[in-house]
Amino acid sequence: MSTSNGYPAILFQDVWKSFDRHAGQILLRDRLRHMFHSHRPEKFHALRDISFRIEHGESVAVIGHNGAGKSTLLNLTTKLCRPDRGVVEVHGGRIAPLLDLGAGFHPDLTGAENVCINAALLGLSRRDVRKQFDSIVDFAEIGDFINEPLRTYSTGMMMRLAFSVATCVNPDLLIIDEVLGVGDLGFAVKCRERIMQFRRAEKTILCVSHSNDTLKDLCERAIWLNKGEVMDDGPIQRVVEAYKNAMQEHAVAG
Amino acid sequence: MWRGDYLYLIQNLVMKDFRIRYRNMSLGVLWSLLNPIVMMGVMTFVWTKIFKDGRPHFPLFVLCGMVPYNFFTIAWSGGTTSIVDSAGLIKRLPVPREVVPVSTVLSCSIHLLVQVGLLLAIAIGSHVVVNKYWFWLPVVWALEIVFVSGLSLLTAAANVFVRDTRYIVESTNLVMMWLVPVFYDFSLVKDPYTQIYDLNPLAALVIVMRRIVYEGVAPNWCSGCAEHHTLTMWKLVLASFSVFFIGLIVFRRFKPMFYEHI
Repeated sequence: MSTSNGYPAILFQDVWKSFDRHAGQILLRDRLRHMFHSHRPEKFHALRDISFRIEHGESVAVIGHNGAGKSTLLNLTTKLCRPDRGVVEVHGGRIAPLLDLGAGFHPDLTGAENVCINAALLGLSRRDVRKQFDSIVDFAEIGDFINEPLRTYSTGMMMRLAFSVATCVNPDLLIIDEVLGVGDLGFAVKCRERIMQFRRAEKTILCVSHSNDTLKDLCERAIWLNKGEVMDDGPIQRVVEAYKNAMQEHAVAG
Repeated sequence: MWRGDYLYLIQNLVMKDFRIRYRNMSLGVLWSLLNPIVMMGVMTFVWTKIFKDGRPHFPLFVLCGMVPYNFFTIAWSGGTTSIVDSAGLIKRLPVPREVVPVSTVLSCSIHLLVQVGLLLAIAIGSHVVVNKYWFWLPVVWALEIVFVSGLSLLTAAANVFVRDTRYIVESTNLVMMWLVPVFYDFSLVKDPYTQIYDLNPLAALVIVMRRIVYEGVAPNWCSGCAEHHTLTMWKLVLASFSVFFIGLIVFRRFKPMFYEHI
C-alpha cells in the first residue's frame, strides 16, 4: 500500500466497452465479403460510461444479473481486454485473478505438475514455487494424490487444488468471480477464512457473486451494474437491498 | 501487469507440451525417431533403386534435409494454432501472450534434439569424418528456432483474425517439401531458378546442414567464398532475426485484440 503513493487501487474513468456480435465468424470468405460490402458489425455494449474508484484495502462487490457487464468489468481490471474509450488504471503489486479456477490445468498431468504450471502462469518464480509447494498441497488436502494424473481427481479435489494455487501468490489485489462455492462445506469455510485473511491484511478485494449473503460478509461496498451502467454504488447493505427490491419489482411486473 | 518469471513460465509450458505428447505413448520419444527413419528408408529406396542416384551415404544425405524440414513444418503449424488452441488461457489469465507461440516452438525443438541425435548417429555410422565445423551445428539450429518463432508469432496473430491461416501454413509447408532441396542436391538447380532458393531461409538451412555434416566443410559466411551460389550464413542470420523482430512487432500490435476475437 505504501508503494502506491496515493493512487487508488483501481480507477475506472468513463469506460466504454463493446463487443462485435458476430466476431465468431472469421473465415477468409467473411473477411473478403466485408471488404466488398460496406460492413458495420452490430455492437453489443457491455459497459457504458462506467466510472468508479477503489482505494487500497477496500473490498468491493459487483452485483447485477447475468449480462450486466460484471465479468467484462473484471476482465478489464485484469487487463485481459482494453476499453473502447476511457481509462482503466490498476495500481499496486501482484494480482490474483480467481476468475476461472484451473484455467491452465491439464487432465493428463499430475497434480504436482499442474501446480507448477499454474503457479508459473500466475507469475511465481521457481523459488516461490519451491517454497510454497507443500503449503499449497496441504491447504488443498490432496495428500498422496498429488502425484496422480488430474483426471483421477474428483471435481472437488481439483477445485481445491486450483483455489489453493490461485491464492498462494500473496496478492495485493484479489479478484474473485463466483468461486466461493468451491468443494464441500468444510472446504468452503476454509476458502472463506483464507479470503477473510486477505481482508484483514488490508488487501484490495474485488468480487462477483450471486450469493448475496457471502458478499455481505466479505465486502463493505457494492457496485450494482445493470445493462452496462452503474445503478448504485455505496455501502453493501443499502445497495444489495436496492438491488433485491428492483429484482422483486421486475419479477412482479414481468 | 504480469510481473512473473518468464524463463520459469516458458520452461513449464515447454515441459507441459512435451509431457502431454509423450505420456500416453508406449514408445514415447521413439515416435520422434520413427517418422524420419521410415521416410529416410523410403526415400533411399526410391532414389537409389528406382532413380539410380549413385551418391554415397544417401540416407545421411536425405536426413540432412528431412530433420530441419520436419522441425520447421511441425513447429510452424503448431505455433500458428497455438494462440487459438490455448483460448482458455488467453481469455482467463493475464499471461504475456508472446510466451505461448514461443514455448510451442521450443517444445518442438525437443523433438528436434532427438532427431539431431539420430542424424549424428547415422553420420558417424556412415564413417563421415567428425570435424571441427560440427561446432557450427548448434548455431545453425538456434537460428532456425529464432526463424520459426518469428514466423509463428506472425501467423499465430493472423490465425486469431482469419482462421484459414493455418491451412495456408499447411499448404506452404507442403510446397516447401519440394522447393527446398530436401531429397535432391542444390547443385542440380540452375540459374535463373537458384534465386528462388536464395530467398528461402529454410533452403539455406538445409544447404548449410549438408555442407557441415555431409560434405564436411565450413558453412559459408560470405558470397566471396561460396563456389556457385550466394547462400550464406549471414543471410541466415539476417533473415532469422529480421523475421523474429517483425513477428514480435506485429504480434504486439495485435495482441490487445486477441481477447475479442478468440
